[in-house]
Amino acid sequence: MVTYTFVLLAVLAISTALAMVLNKNTVNSALFLVLNLLSVAGIYLLLQAQFLAMIQIVVYAGAIMVLFLFVIMLLNLDDEPGLFDRIRVKYLLAFLVGAVIFGQVLYALGGVTDLLPNLSENMQYVGTVEAIGDVMYTNYLMPFEMTAILLTAAVVGALLIAQYKVKQSDQVEE
Amino acid sequence: MIEIDWYLALSATLFTIGMIGVLVRRNAIVIFMCIELMLNAVNISLISFASYHGDIAGQILVFFVLAVAAAEAVVGLAIILAIFRNNLSIDITKVNLLRW
Repeated sequence: MVTYTFVLLAVLAISTALAMVLNKNTVNSALFLVLNLLSVAGIYLLLQAQFLAMIQIVVYAGAIMVLFLFVIMLLNLDDEPGLFDRIRVKYLLAFLVGAVIFGQVLYALGGVTDLLPNLSENMQYVGTVEAIGDVMYTNYLMPFEMTAILLTAAVVGALLIAQYKVKQSDQVEE
Repeated sequence: MIEIDWYLALSATLFTIGMIGVLVRRNAIVIFMCIELMLNAVNISLISFASYHGDIAGQILVFFVLAVAAAEAVVGLAIILAIFRNNLSIDITKVNLLRW
C-alpha cells in the first residue's frame, strides 16, 4: 500500500515538475508548481513527518505560491515566445549538464546503497508537532530567533526595493 | 516498506529537473520557481534521512530551509518587480546593463 502511494506521488511530482519547466504560460507553471508542492507534502506524510507536511501546504502552497501568482498577475506577462520551437545549443548543454549531475548523484547513491539505514522504529514519535516544538524551543532556540530577524529584514528589504520611488528625505543625511 | 534509496532517487530527479529549468528558461519568475523546486528536492532527502535515522534534527533543518525560502522568495520577487519597472521585461537576457 505504501509502495503504491509512493509511486503515485512520485510520478505526480516528477510529471508536474516537468510540466512546470516546459510550460510557456507563467500562470500555468505556477499552478503546476502548486500541484508539485502538494505531492511533495504527501511524500512527507509517507515519511511520517506530519508537522512539516502541514507547514509545506500552508507556507509553500498557500503563502509563497499566492505571492508568486500575485506578482505574475501584477506584471501581466505574455507567454515566453519561441521557447522550444527550435533546438538551441544552450538547451543541449543544459540537458547534458543535467544528465551528468543526475548520473553522478545516482552513482554516488549506488555506492553506499547497502550502508543506508532502515526506517526507524520510533518514527511515530519524531515527526509530531509536540516533538518538534519540544526540541525547537530548547536546543534550537537561538536559530529560531535568528529566523525572526531574518524574516523581518526580508520584509523591510522587500518593501524598500519594491517601493515606487524612494524619497530624498528618507535617505540618511550626511 | 520502501527502501530509502527511492526517496533519494526522487529527490535527485526533482533537483535535476529544477536545475535544467534554471539553465533553460529565460523568464525570471519561472527561474525562481525552479529554485523553489530544487529547495524542495533537498528537503525530501533531509526528511527521508531524518525519518530513517529516527533523528529530529533533519526535520528542524527543513523548517529553517522553509523560512529561508520564504525570505528569499519575498526579496527575489521585489527585485523582479524593480527590474520590470525599469526594463518593462523580466526576460533575463535583456537585463544586460552590467555586461561588457
